[in-house]
Amino acid sequence: MSTDRSIAKSEPSLSASTPDLARTEADRAEILPLSAESARDGEMSRAYSWRTASPVRQAWVILTARHLRQLYRMPVVIFMTLIQPVIWLLLFGALFKKVAEIPGFGGGNYITYLTPGVVIMTAMFSASWTGMAYIEDMGNGVMDRFLTAPVGRGALTAAMLAYQGLTTVLQSAIIVAIGWGIGATFPGGAAGIVTLIGVSVLIAVAMAGISNWFALLTRQREALIGASTTLVLPLTFLSGAFLSLRLVPGWIADIAKYNPVNWAASAGRIAVQAHPAWTTIGAYSGFLALAVTVTAAAATLAFRSYQRSL
Amino acid sequence: MTTSSIGLVEAEGLRKTYKSDVRALDGITFTVGAGSVYALLGPNGAGKTTTVRILTTLSRPDAGGARVAGVDVLKHPARVRSLIGAVSQHTGAVDLLTGRENLAMQGSLYGIRDKDLRRRVSELLDQFGLAAAAKRQVRTYSGGMRRRLDIATVLVHRPAVLFLDEPTTGLDPEGRAALWAVLTDLAAEAGTTILVTTHYLDEADQHATKIAIVDRGRIVAEGTADQLKAGLAGDSVLVELGTAAHAERVTAVLSQLPQVARATADGSVVRARVADGPRALPAVLAGVESAGIPVLSVSVARPTLDDVYLHHAGRSFHQAEGI
Repeated sequence: MSTDRSIAKSEPSLSASTPDLARTEADRAEILPLSAESARDGEMSRAYSWRTASPVRQAWVILTARHLRQLYRMPVVIFMTLIQPVIWLLLFGALFKKVAEIPGFGGGNYITYLTPGVVIMTAMFSASWTGMAYIEDMGNGVMDRFLTAPVGRGALTAAMLAYQGLTTVLQSAIIVAIGWGIGATFPGGAAGIVTLIGVSVLIAVAMAGISNWFALLTRQREALIGASTTLVLPLTFLSGAFLSLRLVPGWIADIAKYNPVNWAASAGRIAVQAHPAWTTIGAYSGFLALAVTVTAAAATLAFRSYQRSL
Repeated sequence: MTTSSIGLVEAEGLRKTYKSDVRALDGITFTVGAGSVYALLGPNGAGKTTTVRILTTLSRPDAGGARVAGVDVLKHPARVRSLIGAVSQHTGAVDLLTGRENLAMQGSLYGIRDKDLRRRVSELLDQFGLAAAAKRQVRTYSGGMRRRLDIATVLVHRPAVLFLDEPTTGLDPEGRAALWAVLTDLAAEAGTTILVTTHYLDEADQHATKIAIVDRGRIVAEGTADQLKAGLAGDSVLVELGTAAHAERVTAVLSQLPQVARATADGSVVRARVADGPRALPAVLAGVESAGIPVLSVSVARPTLDDVYLHHAGRSFHQAEGI
């Protein structure tokens, strides 16, 4: 019955609304013709209620796609994230050229040594800014809109991590290509390079989790910038990213053992060598995966703290 | 869920104190009838936003509870979210996405897909006069366009209840009028329940089915605009003077008069509450005359919402706003 009525009701208005098409946008904004459409809204209101997309679909298709699209529209950001590792490679490559000749370093080409380190450091650097997207979303109401819609908190976290993982794959691949272009060699071949990119994704996602967690807790741009710059460089220098740990002071080598950045840098460097020690790589990757789990959980739980402060 | 509870909003004894010891809500209770336009009216900091945040599952109260469309917001927040649309004070649209992309993203989150989604998005773009700007990034939109997109976005899934926190702030008078036209039509035609917060007295007066006046975390009065005004017996005599100092002195004089129930100064204007405006006028004029202060103008006014607010909150709306 009610369906019949609604169809009958909407028909005359359909023809009546045709002249609207000729109107300018401003005109329509003034008048905002609603009656026909809205009457149908009322009839159909139950059709969409209770429905939500699955969390996996929400995270991957909808939210990750959104961030990728945004990135695509900020070419300057893409350019900056690519130019940065090039500077690192050229600068450190020139600065520490002679390092490879120091007895105990193991010989070889420093660019070959440096490239995996720069891959890991760049992955971390980019990921440490992930929380900025949350802070921006909180500031302009996008976060509130997601949180008042049936979007899972886990889906929000997963979207950010997936986005960060995907961009890291591209970024790392490009750095490897640039390293190769300026003289790095990868005796381990394709399997080694894929593994290097894989561990760079792990460290990036773990770092992105921390960044998101921190953003939800502090909600301040400045705090996140401070934390990122304070954390990333020391963690990098407390690892074998730039210099063999056999040449650094004992206490740094000791700390490096517990430093996820060193796990990633070591695993990545071993992987591209001629005869990779896969058990060592496996162990480091396992630790990194554990770090990812912990930081992702922390980032998801942090929504509670954020909402409590509202 | 019974049909009768669709669109109903019930809040009972909501209390909330923030960590900083600010008591935001001090026992808020009200019921919004299905399909009505309900305005929470109050100055900034009265507790309107906190109330909306609790009802839209963003925040939790320290005490009290609420049901939206018959669903408990504390027990089943996820279910509530699928039934409501919420527009916060900020825009809520993603700047770097186009209008169409923003609408499509929201629809996808609700599981609307493919042909259904495209149809619904186009429908909303037409309905809100955004079709021509559909392919433009939101950062190029004007304030009014953004507001319309915000509302269109949260209507994608045809919610039973729509919450809007200060939707007209920052809009010009035409924009405000257009927005209110959308809201009243939504309630009238689609039966959508609308809860809106505002600190504009005139808006609430003109457009809301029912108004709750919120002050310092409490509802001090509730009813239709006419009911609220009728609750105040008598009229106001407004005496405009040259300076605030003059106004203070005249307030003191008028307060002594037997015809005046209450006199208050708001800037250089003195507002005297009297039982019958025209009959009290001579006495008021004589009072001002005796003080020897020059008068710029005198008028008699039927009660306004400003008077209602003054009566219940003990200070004028402008004073509460800190303007």
